[in-house]
Amino acid sequence: MTAQSSRFILICSGKGGVGKTTLTANLGIALARLGATTAVLDADFGLRNLDLLLGLENRIVYTAQEVLAGSCRLEQALVKHKQEPNLALLPAGNPRMLEWLKPEDMRQIATMVGEQFEYVLIDAPAGIEGGFRNAMAAATEAIVVTTPEVSAVRDADRVIGLLNSEGVKPIQLVLNRVRPKMMASQEMLAVDDVTDILALPLLGLVQEDEQVIVSTNRGEPLTLGDSGSPAARAYTNVARRLRGEAVPLIDPSKERQGLRARIGRLMQTKIF
Amino acid sequence: MTLRELIDKLLGRQPASADTAKQRLRLVLAHDRSDLNPELLEQMRREILEVVNRYVEIDLEEGDVSLATEDRVTALVANLPIRRARIPEPELNMAAGTPEEDSEGVATLG
Repeated sequence: MTAQSSRFILICSGKGGVGKTTLTANLGIALARLGATTAVLDADFGLRNLDLLLGLENRIVYTAQEVLAGSCRLEQALVKHKQEPNLALLPAGNPRMLEWLKPEDMRQIATMVGEQFEYVLIDAPAGIEGGFRNAMAAATEAIVVTTPEVSAVRDADRVIGLLNSEGVKPIQLVLNRVRPKMMASQEMLAVDDVTDILALPLLGLVQEDEQVIVSTNRGEPLTLGDSGSPAARAYTNVARRLRGEAVPLIDPSKERQGLRARIGRLMQTKIF
Repeated sequence: MTLRELIDKLLGRQPASADTAKQRLRLVLAHDRSDLNPELLEQMRREILEVVNRYVEIDLEEGDVSLATEDRVTALVANLPIRRARIPEPELNMAAGTPEEDSEGVATLG
């Protein structure tokens, strides 16, 4: 695999806790299961967690730090996933790396990884400061993760502004932790509201799903199994759309059946 | 207006919170994106009203200059109800200059 055909995708959100790392882990596994060689880079040096969500925390020997310092080869630092050998993790180094790490360093690491993998997913830290800018330097395209909440949407907007000014594109949106019931009763920002405000194409819709917590407890991303939980399906669909498959997007708040949902929709009818 | 909004209004209930969220977001993002600080915006608003007020009489109470945003483009939107056009005062008219006035001006200079 040559560097030219690799895709360097930044996964970012601005706000913390909206599901960046969960998306990175699940998307990485899903892409690997679809047959694409995929590397996930933990660019959150301050608060690394990607290793934990992938269940690889006990298998880390070297990190990006040693690779950059030239004290180990890239292959030695990459941690291959046991069940899904198409996926490898490049762990984040020591938090003290933040003191000297520069955008060029991240670009260098990503380029090295890109020589061996079709997809390079870069898990960005929260915020818009140095750590985020380093991560952004390594990417040519981006997925912005947000939830239908005012603070998350506002922070996503700031990040989109930065991505635009750096020429990162395409930028696509994943709307996470959607609660169809609340959307149907107009107590949560609608899918269209968020896509209109942020003016980004929608790559995926992920419902709030308790199974996500169960899977993080175990360190086994949902996309590993065939559980068929709503979030697992949504993450797999994100991976398929990334690869260019036309998988229809279904707004769960408009799909709901039953009397309450129907009354909810009736209430949204424009009368004048 | 949707059926829900009508019923909420009739019952004196608060509107659904999603709509409130959308309005608040639009406003805050217009400011975030423009990078104008509120003082500067207020100064600009005052000056715009001043200039417009020189030509037409506007309703300063109803007048509104604000930022709006759509498709990541921020626009300055002014909504200034005009009470009436200001009738040009005679001396202002003269200063603007009819040909005779001009020649008079030249004569004074000479």
